[in-house]
Amino acid sequence: MRKIKEFIIEKLILICGIASIFFVVLIFLFLLKEGLAVFNIVSPFNFLFGKSWYPISDPPQLGILPLILGSLLVTLGAAIISIPIGVGCAIYIAEVAPLKIKEILKAGIELLAAIPSVVLGFIGMVTLVPIVKNVFHLPTGLTALSGSIMLAFMAMPTIVSIAEDALYSIPKTYKEGALALGATHWQTIWRVMLPAASSGILAAVMLGIGRVIGETMAVMMITGNAAVIPQSILVPVRTLTATIAAEMGEAVVGSEHYFALFAIGIVLFVISFAINVTADLCLHKKQ
Amino acid sequence: MFKKGLFIFTMLMFAVSVFAGQGKNSIQIKGSDTMVNLGQAWAEKYMEKNPGDFVAVTGGGSGTGLSSLISASCDIAMSSRNIKDKEIGLAKQKGVNPNEIKVALDGLAVVVNPANSVGKLTLDQLASIFTGKIANWKELGGKDEKIVVLSREVNSGTHVYFKEHVLRKNDPNSKEEFVPSALMLSSSQAIADEVAGNSSAIGYYGMGYISAKQKPVAIAKDEKSEYVEPIIGNVVNGKYPISRPLLIYTNGVPQGLVKKFVDFALSKEGQDIVLATDFVPINK
Repeated sequence: MRKIKEFIIEKLILICGIASIFFVVLIFLFLLKEGLAVFNIVSPFNFLFGKSWYPISDPPQLGILPLILGSLLVTLGAAIISIPIGVGCAIYIAEVAPLKIKEILKAGIELLAAIPSVVLGFIGMVTLVPIVKNVFHLPTGLTALSGSIMLAFMAMPTIVSIAEDALYSIPKTYKEGALALGATHWQTIWRVMLPAASSGILAAVMLGIGRVIGETMAVMMITGNAAVIPQSILVPVRTLTATIAAEMGEAVVGSEHYFALFAIGIVLFVISFAINVTADLCLHKKQ
Repeated sequence: MFKKGLFIFTMLMFAVSVFAGQGKNSIQIKGSDTMVNLGQAWAEKYMEKNPGDFVAVTGGGSGTGLSSLISASCDIAMSSRNIKDKEIGLAKQKGVNPNEIKVALDGLAVVVNPANSVGKLTLDQLASIFTGKIANWKELGGKDEKIVVLSREVNSGTHVYFKEHVLRKNDPNSKEEFVPSALMLSSSQAIADEVAGNSSAIGYYGMGYISAKQKPVAIAKDEKSEYVEPIIGNVVNGKYPISRPLLIYTNGVPQGLVKKFVDFALSKEGQDIVLATDFVPINK
C-alpha cells in the first residue's frame, strides 16, 4: 500500500516537473510562430533599427529602436539607483546591523517586494511625477527618470535578499581570519567579504535587472510612452513591455501589428533570457 | 516544481469557474473606455429594473471590445469608431456577423490647463499642434512654453477618430501622424489628470471627462467661422466640429437578453442616462 502511494506521488511530481518545461517550450514555440511572421513584411534590420513606430498606419511603420532604447534607458537608470542602495543595504543587514534592526529591515524589504507594481505606478504618478517636473523644470514629469526611480524600488528587494544570502553564506572563518590579522571591520567587508561574495552579488544584480526590464504596469503609467529616441533621461520614453501591454488589445489577430507585438515579445524574451543565463553562470561559478 | 503544478491547476480551476459563471442570464459588454461610464450606468439601471439578469461592463478600448466580439468572449462590443473592414473580414471567418447600432453622440473636447491663456483654436491650428508643426504656445499667443501633446494609446477609438478627423482632416490619403514626442496615456482620466497639473499640456477626450480642473478650448472650422464651445447643445445642433457617433456592435440582430438590453439603452429612459453621463442622446 505504502509502495503504491509512494509510486503515485513520485509520478505525479514527475508530471508536474515535465509539465512546467513543456509549457515553457510551448510558449516559446508559439512566440516564435507568431512573431517571426512579421519578417515577411519588414526586414529584421528595419524592425530592430527602424526609428518610427506607427503600427496602425497604412502601411504600418514598425521600427522598434525607440522602444528598445527606452527599455534600456529606464533599466540602466533603475540599475544605477538600485544597485548601490541594494548592495549597501545587504551589507548592512548581513554584517553591521544589530539583530533587532536586522529583523525589522528584513521584514520591511519583504513588504516592499509585496507591493503590487500597479500600486507603485499609481503612487509614482501622483507623487513622484510632479516632483520630477518641478525639480528639473520640465514640460512634463512623465519621464524615463520617474520610471527608473519607481523601478529601482521594485528591483531593490530582489537585490537585497539575494545579495544578503550571498554574504551570509561566506564561511565564518574568512571574516574571523581577516579580523585576527588586524583588519578593521570596514576593511574586512570591503577586501574580504565583498570579493568572496562577488559572484552571488552579481547574480543578485542581474536578477534585479531582469525584474526591471520585464516590468510593465508601473512604467506604462509613469514614463509617458512617447516612441521617440531618448536624448536624455529627462524625456518621456516608451518601453517594449508597455508597448505590448497597451497595444495588444487593439491589434487585429493576424495583422502586421499583431505579429510585430509578438516579435517584440521575442526581443524581450531574448533579453531576459540572456540576463537570467548570466545570473545563473554567476551563481554556478560560486559553487 | 510541485508548487508550479499546483499554481497551474488553480489557474485552470479559476478559468473554468469564470466560464461556468457566464450563465444564460448574463450579458458581457466590453470595449470603448469612452463609453464605460455610460455602459455601467445603463447596466446598473437595467439590473435594478430586471433583477435576476446580470450585466458585466468592462473597458479596454474599442479595439479590445471588437476583438472580444469576434472571438465570442463578449455579447456586446462598445465602440467609439466604426468597425474596420479587416475586422469584419475576420469576424466573418469566425462566423460572427457584426451588427452596428448607434446609441449616442459624443463631442470630443480639446482641453488645456486653466492657467493657459489660449482659449480658442481653429481645426488647422489643432492639426498643427498634434502633428508637431506648432511646438510652442507662443506661436498661438500664449506663454513661451513648449507644448506638451497628450494623446490616448492606439487601442483607443478616440485616438483613431482624432487622427482621421482632425490630423488628417477626413482625407483618406493623408499621411499625417501624431508627433512622435506625444505622450501616449492609457486612459482619458490620465489625460485629465496630466492636463490639470501641467500648464503647458494639451489633450483631447470625450466631453464627459471635462471638470473644473481643465479648460475646454472653443473650436472653429476655419478662421472665418464662429468659435464653438464643446457643450451638449452645440453637438446636437451640429455646430461643434469634432463630434462622433458612439456605437455598439452585436453578433447579428440582437436577440433575447441582448435585445432587451439594447432596447432599454435606446428607450427614453436609456437616453436620459446618456444625457446624465454627459453624452448626447441620438433621437431627441
